[in-house]
Amino acid sequence: MVDLVAKSPCDGLLPPEIAGLRLVEPAPQRLTSIAPLRGQETAVAESLGVTLPVPGQSAKAGGVELVWFGMGTYLALGEITTDLSGKAALTDQSDAWTVVELTGPRAEDVLARLAPVDFRLSQFAVGATARTEIAHMMGSITRLAQDRFRVMVFRSMAKTLVHDFTLAMEAVGARG
Amino acid sequence: MRIAGKGLIDRTDAVQFSFDGRMFQGYRGDTLASALLANGQHLVGRSFKYHRPRGILTSGSEEPNALVTVGRGGRQSPNVRATVQEIHDGLEARSQNRWPSLNFDVMAVNDLASPFLGAGFYYKTFMYPRAFWEKLYEPVIRRAAGLGALSGANNTDRYDRAFAFCDLLVIGAGPTGLMAALTAARAGADVILADEDFRMGGRLLAETDQIDGQPAHDWARDILEELAEMDNVRLMPRTNVFGAYDQGTYGALERLEHHTATRRAGAPVECYWRIVARQAVLAAGSIERPIAFRNNDRPGIMTAGAVRSYLNRWGVAPGKRVAVFSNNDDGLRTARDLVAAGVHVSALIDSRHDAPDLPAELRGLRYVKGAKVCDSGGRLRVDRVTYRSVSGEDSVQADCLAMAGGWNPTVHLTCHMNGRPVWNEDIQSFVPAQGAVPGLHPAGACNGVFSTLACLRDGQRAAIDALGAIGITATAGDLPRAEDAPYRITPLWAVPGKGRAWLDFQNDVTVKDVKQAATENFRSVEHMKRYTTQGMATDQGKNSNVAALAVLADVTGRGIPETGTTTFRPPFSPVSIAALGGPGQGKGFAPQRFTTSHKASVEASAPMIEAGLWYRPSYFPAPGETTWRQSCDREVGMVRNTVGVCDVSTLGKIDIQGKDAGAFLDFVYTNTFSTLKVGRVRYGLMLREDGFVMDDGTTARLGETHYVMTTTTAAAGEVMRHLEFARQALLPDMDVTLMSVTEQWAQFAIAGPKSRALLDDLLDDPLAEGDWPFMACGPVTVSGVQGRLFRISFSGEHAYELAVPARYGDSLFRALVDQAKALGGGAYGMEALNVLRIEKGFITHAEIHGRITADDLGMGGMVSQKKDCIGKTMSERPGLSGPSREQLVGLRPVGEVKQLTAGAHLFEPEAEATRENDQGYVTSVCYSPTLGTMLGMGFLKNGIARIGEKVRMVDHLRDVEAICEVTHPVVFDPEGGRVRG
Repeated sequence: MVDLVAKSPCDGLLPPEIAGLRLVEPAPQRLTSIAPLRGQETAVAESLGVTLPVPGQSAKAGGVELVWFGMGTYLALGEITTDLSGKAALTDQSDAWTVVELTGPRAEDVLARLAPVDFRLSQFAVGATARTEIAHMMGSITRLAQDRFRVMVFRSMAKTLVHDFTLAMEAVGARG
Repeated sequence: MRIAGKGLIDRTDAVQFSFDGRMFQGYRGDTLASALLANGQHLVGRSFKYHRPRGILTSGSEEPNALVTVGRGGRQSPNVRATVQEIHDGLEARSQNRWPSLNFDVMAVNDLASPFLGAGFYYKTFMYPRAFWEKLYEPVIRRAAGLGALSGANNTDRYDRAFAFCDLLVIGAGPTGLMAALTAARAGADVILADEDFRMGGRLLAETDQIDGQPAHDWARDILEELAEMDNVRLMPRTNVFGAYDQGTYGALERLEHHTATRRAGAPVECYWRIVARQAVLAAGSIERPIAFRNNDRPGIMTAGAVRSYLNRWGVAPGKRVAVFSNNDDGLRTARDLVAAGVHVSALIDSRHDAPDLPAELRGLRYVKGAKVCDSGGRLRVDRVTYRSVSGEDSVQADCLAMAGGWNPTVHLTCHMNGRPVWNEDIQSFVPAQGAVPGLHPAGACNGVFSTLACLRDGQRAAIDALGAIGITATAGDLPRAEDAPYRITPLWAVPGKGRAWLDFQNDVTVKDVKQAATENFRSVEHMKRYTTQGMATDQGKNSNVAALAVLADVTGRGIPETGTTTFRPPFSPVSIAALGGPGQGKGFAPQRFTTSHKASVEASAPMIEAGLWYRPSYFPAPGETTWRQSCDREVGMVRNTVGVCDVSTLGKIDIQGKDAGAFLDFVYTNTFSTLKVGRVRYGLMLREDGFVMDDGTTARLGETHYVMTTTTAAAGEVMRHLEFARQALLPDMDVTLMSVTEQWAQFAIAGPKSRALLDDLLDDPLAEGDWPFMACGPVTVSGVQGRLFRISFSGEHAYELAVPARYGDSLFRALVDQAKALGGGAYGMEALNVLRIEKGFITHAEIHGRITADDLGMGGMVSQKKDCIGKTMSERPGLSGPSREQLVGLRPVGEVKQLTAGAHLFEPEAEATRENDQGYVTSVCYSPTLGTMLGMGFLKNGIARIGEKVRMVDHLRDVEAICEVTHPVVFDPEGGRVRG
């Protein structure tokens, strides 16, 4: 018999704090993509007890955060307790993504070096989300608080993510 | 020579720097140019072609002469304009394009040969023989005529890149830009104010005018302080906005570390910004033009605006006896500032007969109206100027001449989207065309408005207009009191006379060259530019364009507006390629993708190969093995005889759900998937729209409405995009969803006769006998973890692929390898995987390389006749199937040479190995330890019918020839007994 041990995508990778900016890997949660089947959007929304977020937005329903994740697709963070069978295609994504959180008063400046997105608070408020290029990776960025963002890229790219964020954090830090 | 008490430099902060190895002293706030002038160093470079001594002409980024090389080794930067480079302790600058020294340059002999080196010289001279061009002429010319050079060493500096967004971008922080930024900022707009200078204020720093009763530079400082306090304003000094692009995007280069004595670790030297602005105000100012006259290029001759800048901003007198030559009122302004600072003005020569009279404070000055400077004397510095008036020629002593030839609005950015500037007769120059760049509002001097008050007013107006366009109301506050003198100019482009009068200092183009071009019928301004090289290199003709085309207009008998300008393209000022690359060097070039087994593989000393962005193990060396072939042969034997383990997670995996999932697959694959039973896997072939093979792979049916497709590693992204296109554009009514799950699962091949034994030991419940035939799939659990098992094979052996959530990949891989070892097997890498599949004739993208049809592969029968699919109709076109095409075959060496090479071509055994006789080519080769021979796969004309015949393989590149027997592509276990057993 074997004993399988779980490893997180950023295992042993994360850099120290740079210039008041921190990149951390939050405790893993279940990630499930939800793609409502034809004509089932309302039924899915009702089952989850939430209005499905419009592109670029996220929503909260009980303990689950629902992030717009592309055309007709939402990423649920947290355990879905409702039965959505026949209403939506659900796919487990818990292991597919590197999830990190960037925190610090100059987090916007770090992201400005990695993604061509307008992160000004007036344009990208708390709860706003974007599927975007992050350095050369396709990923997802969501604003969790004024100075806290969730960044996701494919699991295999964790090392590059940390590399690119480290450079960007150092560049911001070097501005004093 | 410094003037006591003058200038905006910090005299308490002395700075030591070197130029050509000599130490100099300047002050914080100095540019290299101002500090050199303060030390009496006028000679700073040699000209491009004739190696004439050259001095500092200007005080801005348009400088054509004072190009220096800064730094050493990998950090060496050539062609740095001394007028832009701030001095710092330890700055090392060197002059360029001279040998052995700046004072004595051997190549100055070119100047004597100048009658032969005029416009078109290269084109006429270095024509024949043709073979000499690349080998002899070009290297010689490049060595003699040139700018600075890179060191050739790797640049270790970091470069940054960033995006910014704002309501209003203001380009230029002179009076216009400051007023525009202030107006917009007070209205609450998000404002970015960018200026290429390290100190904002523009001409306000260089003139002695007053605004609201205080020195203009103090007014500028107050405004900047107010702006700096506001949260909605970002000030970006040292930032050159170099290009206007689509949708309000502007490229900008910010200098970060070029002015610092010690570079902080990790600090980028430059940042390349892409600024997306809803609206922009262009307040780029204007550039003063020189006047062409004989020997107007001597060191010490500079623009009048530069003389005032050095005098007023940097407290430097550029000469002891300064002469002034003007065609507008700036001559008087310059003389007034010089006299007020106690500098002797030897003469004020104004080309206008109706020039205004001297004001009281200049009484006694030698003032000649209606006269033109026609020559200068001196060698490494001007010592005398000669002027001509109705009363004949006369000379005055002068070690500096200030030329005021009028101002050219800096229209460049307005032309970056094909806009052409418009001639304005009043100011004798070009102004921006209306709406040339959407959302970009030119204002102030770059809009042809020259007095300080008019600039302030225009800046305010532009900000209100710009914000109005995006629904933000800004109000026009009271304008401060400021200078509002009219701009009175009488055109004077070139002073007639003998000798060479320079238009383009950077490219050594004279009035005569332009005339020569016109004479030889290069009359279009674009042709003239290419023929004479006027307007090229780092200054891009900023100083010379208008004058050059005025001369061209004159000789061709056309008007200036009719002659037009050449095309202004980005960048406005030079931008290093390194800055554009930004952090995209080294590991920043492309993402690296690592499998969950990467660490364990590296620990096992497996060398990695790149497969797209993925890193995959090449082979796993065992103790005593010294070559990759030894490891590979062993690993192949392992799979054929015991069991091997290989990470196949990199293959694309796509989750397909919905009640139309089967129908959708039927449409994207050539064969049918809607009939596949739940719990079974099928091999599928996918065509592009044009009927050629796109990809292949297996798709498993996990449930009634649930499939999971695999793609090849290389084509995963392409297939996903293709499926999305089909779903959204071709089959929008189908109820089907797609989701990539490539990264969700760590998937491992377990292949070989003992694979079943391994799994029975590993899985929580042993596989039920009879439930797992070839091509079965289903859920399993490993140590309580839910996984998926597929009985598929890419080796021809009894094999499985086991998938678990990726977090367990590392752990599972180590367990699998341990168990395989216990059974006499182990891990295998890409080399062995390749051998195993060639022995079985399985294709990869080496075979399906984009111009191969299903029929070429012997898979024509897989294109179902019972249904339609993407590419089916196009694949039925004549010429895409049958014996006229090159078909997939196997190859085996049967002659003396036993080597095969991929990429080699195939010929009839007796035919000459020429292109005309080409019969096909080799796509994949390997040494098969199983069969004890090299094996190849390739495409051969009418290949299937030629099985058993001999062909000659010729590799022209590696010089290999071998006689081969044509075989069926599947050479090992053609009945497939092993895979089912």
